[in-house]
Amino acid sequence: MREGQPNTRRLAGRVNWEALLALLLLIAVVGGTLLNKDFLTTDNWANLLANFVEIALMALPLSLIVITGEIDLSVASMLGLSSSLLGLLWDAKVAVALGIVVCLLVGALCGALNGFLIVRFRLPSLAVTIGTLALFRGFAYILLGDKAVADFPPEYIAFGIGVVPFTFIPVPFALFIILAVVFWVVLHHTTLGRSLYAIGGNQTAALFSGINLNRLKMLLFVTSGIISALAGIVFTFRFSSSRADNGTGFELSAIAAVFLGGVTVQGGKGTVTGVVLSLLLIGIINNVLTLADVSNEILRIVTGSLLIVSVLLPNIIASTRERLRLMQRQKEIANLSAASVSK
Amino acid sequence: MTEEFKSPYDKQGWLNVLMRSREASLVLLIVALTVLTTALNPRFLSPQSLKDLMLNVSIIALLVLGQTVIILMRQIDLSISSIVGITAFFSGTLFVNHPAIPSVVVVLLAVLAGLLLGAVNAALIAWGKIPSLITTLGTLYIFRGANYAWVHGRQVNAVNVPGSFLAIGTSTFAGIPILTWIVLILLVVFSIGLRQYRAGREFYAIGSNLNAAVLAGINVSRLLATGFIISGAIAGLAGALWLARFGTVDATAAEGIELTVITSTVVGGVAITGGVGTVVGAVLGALLLSVFSSTLVFLRVPSFWQQAFQGAMLLLAIAVDAYLAYRHALRSRVKWSRV
Repeated sequence: MREGQPNTRRLAGRVNWEALLALLLLIAVVGGTLLNKDFLTTDNWANLLANFVEIALMALPLSLIVITGEIDLSVASMLGLSSSLLGLLWDAKVAVALGIVVCLLVGALCGALNGFLIVRFRLPSLAVTIGTLALFRGFAYILLGDKAVADFPPEYIAFGIGVVPFTFIPVPFALFIILAVVFWVVLHHTTLGRSLYAIGGNQTAALFSGINLNRLKMLLFVTSGIISALAGIVFTFRFSSSRADNGTGFELSAIAAVFLGGVTVQGGKGTVTGVVLSLLLIGIINNVLTLADVSNEILRIVTGSLLIVSVLLPNIIASTRERLRLMQRQKEIANLSAASVSK
Repeated sequence: MTEEFKSPYDKQGWLNVLMRSREASLVLLIVALTVLTTALNPRFLSPQSLKDLMLNVSIIALLVLGQTVIILMRQIDLSISSIVGITAFFSGTLFVNHPAIPSVVVVLLAVLAGLLLGAVNAALIAWGKIPSLITTLGTLYIFRGANYAWVHGRQVNAVNVPGSFLAIGTSTFAGIPILTWIVLILLVVFSIGLRQYRAGREFYAIGSNLNAAVLAGINVSRLLATGFIISGAIAGLAGALWLARFGTVDATAAEGIELTVITSTVVGGVAITGGVGTVVGAVLGALLLSVFSSTLVFLRVPSFWQQAFQGAMLLLAIAVDAYLAYRHALRSRVKWSRV
C-alpha cells in the first residue's frame, strides 16, 4: 500500500514555508524589476532596506516570544517611549551617548514590567501588553507632549542615514544583520533555543523536563524591551526627529512579519530564516507599491491583509492536507473491505 | 457536617460583599470620585457638566455592550473603532447625497453596514480559524485604510446633516440625553439576553471552558460568528450616533477608541480570560473611566496624561481579576479538602 500513495502528498509534506517565501521573494524582485526601472538600483535598495529596519529589529525578539506561545503588542510603544526619552535628554543637554544608554535601560525596564506581570501574576500576555501599549505610549506623551526635538548631532545622524563603506547597505540594516545572526544562532543552535520550542510545544511537558519557564519568559520580554528601545534610537537618528507618536502602529507590521515568516499562532514552530525572508518580502512589496505612487492608505490595507493571509493560508493548507489524508484513509478502508468480501 | 458545606464566602464582612460584587465596588468608586472632585471644584456637578458626562460616556458604553459579548467568549474585537469611523462617514455621505433621506433609514443602513463589516471578522474567525486578535488587528487597519482611501481628505460638516438628526446627539428627554436613553434600553436588552436566554448563557459557557462547551453540544463556530456580527452591528449604530453627536466627521473619526472600550469592559469586571462579568458592570466601568477623565480635566491635569492613566487602569483591573480568581480557587480548594 505504501508505494501507492499519491506523489503530491509527499511533495506537500516536503515543501516548506521558507521555500515558498523564497519563491515569493523571487517573484516580487522580478515583478518589481519589470514594473519599474528604478527598482533594481543601489539607491533604491539602500532606501528599501533602511525603510523597514525598525520593524525588522522588533520582529526578532517578537518571533521568539510568539514561538513560546506568548505575544508582545507593546513593542511600538516602547519604540516611541525610547525615541521621546532620547529627544528629551538631548534637549536637556545630556550627552547623546549617555542618552542612548538610558534609553536602552528604560527599554529593559519596560520589558521587565511586561515580563513581571506575565510571569509573576500569571496574567495573559495579550491583555498585559495591550495595557502597556497604552501605558508606554502614554509615558511618551507625558515626556514630550506634542513637542518635537530635532537638531541631533551630525555624527549620530550619519549613523542613521549612512551606508556601510563601499556598499549600498545602510548602517542600521548592518546592525539588523548582526542581530539576526545572533538570534539565529541562539534559537537554532543552543539549548536555550530548543527550550523555547519546547515551551511553545507543550508548556507542562517543558516544565516537567526541568526548563525554567519563568526565567526564560522574563528574559524574552526584557530582550524585546531592549531591542524595541534600540529600534526607537535608530528611528530617531534616521529621521532626526523625536516625537511621542513615533512608530505608532508598527506593532502590526512586526506581528505580520512574524506570522508571515511561518511562526504559528499556537507557538512551537518557526525559524529566524523564515522571519527574515518575510521581512524582506514585506519591504519589497511596500517599496514596489511606493514606487508605483500607491498611497499610504493602500499600504495599510496591504499590511493588514498580509497579516490575515499569513495565518489563513497555513490554516487552509493544513485543513486540505487533513482532508486528503482522510480521503486516502477511506480509500484504504474501502480496498480492505473489498478484499475481505472477495475472500 | 453542615458547617463544612458553607459557601467559601461565608464571612459576610462589608469588605467581602464589596469585593464579591464588582458592580457595588464600581458604584462606590464613582461616588467617591465624584464627591472628591466636587469638593475641589463645585462646577463638576453642574447640570451642563453632568449632561456632557452622560453624552461622553454614551457612545463608549454602547460599544462596551458589544465588546462584553466578545470578551465573555475569551475573544477580542480591536476593529470596532475602524467600523465606527467608516459607518460615521457613510451616514454623513448618505445625508450629503440624498438630503431628503429619513434619519431612521440612515441609522438602519449604518447598522447594516456595521453588521456586514462584523460579518467579515466573523467569517475569518469562525470558519478561517484565525485567532480573533490577529483577525481584528488586521481588519482594524484594513477598514481604517479603506476609510482613508474613500474619504480622501474630505469631511462631512454639520451643515449637511439635518437638525432633526443632530438633535439625537444633543437634546434630552426627561432630563437625560436621548443618546443615553438608547444605551439604557440596549443595556436592558443585553442584560436580559445574556442572563435569561440560552444563547446568552452559551456565550459564558464558551468562555469558561471551551472543551466542555463543545462536549455539551454548543455550536461554537456559530456563536463566535454571532458575537462578532453583533459587535459589528453595534459599532455601526455607534457610527451613526457619532455623526449625530459631533456633526463633523473626517477619516480620523473614532481612531483609537478601541483601547478605551476594552479598558472600560475589563475595568467593569468582564474578565479578559473569559466567562465572567455582566454588561451592567461593563457599562459602570465605562462610566468610571469617563468620570475619571473628567476629574483629570477638572483638576487641570495635562491631557497627555490620559493615555498613561488608561493603560495603568487596564493593568490594575486585570491584576485585580487575577487576584480574585486566585483567592476563589484557594478557598474552594480548602472547602473541598475538608469534605
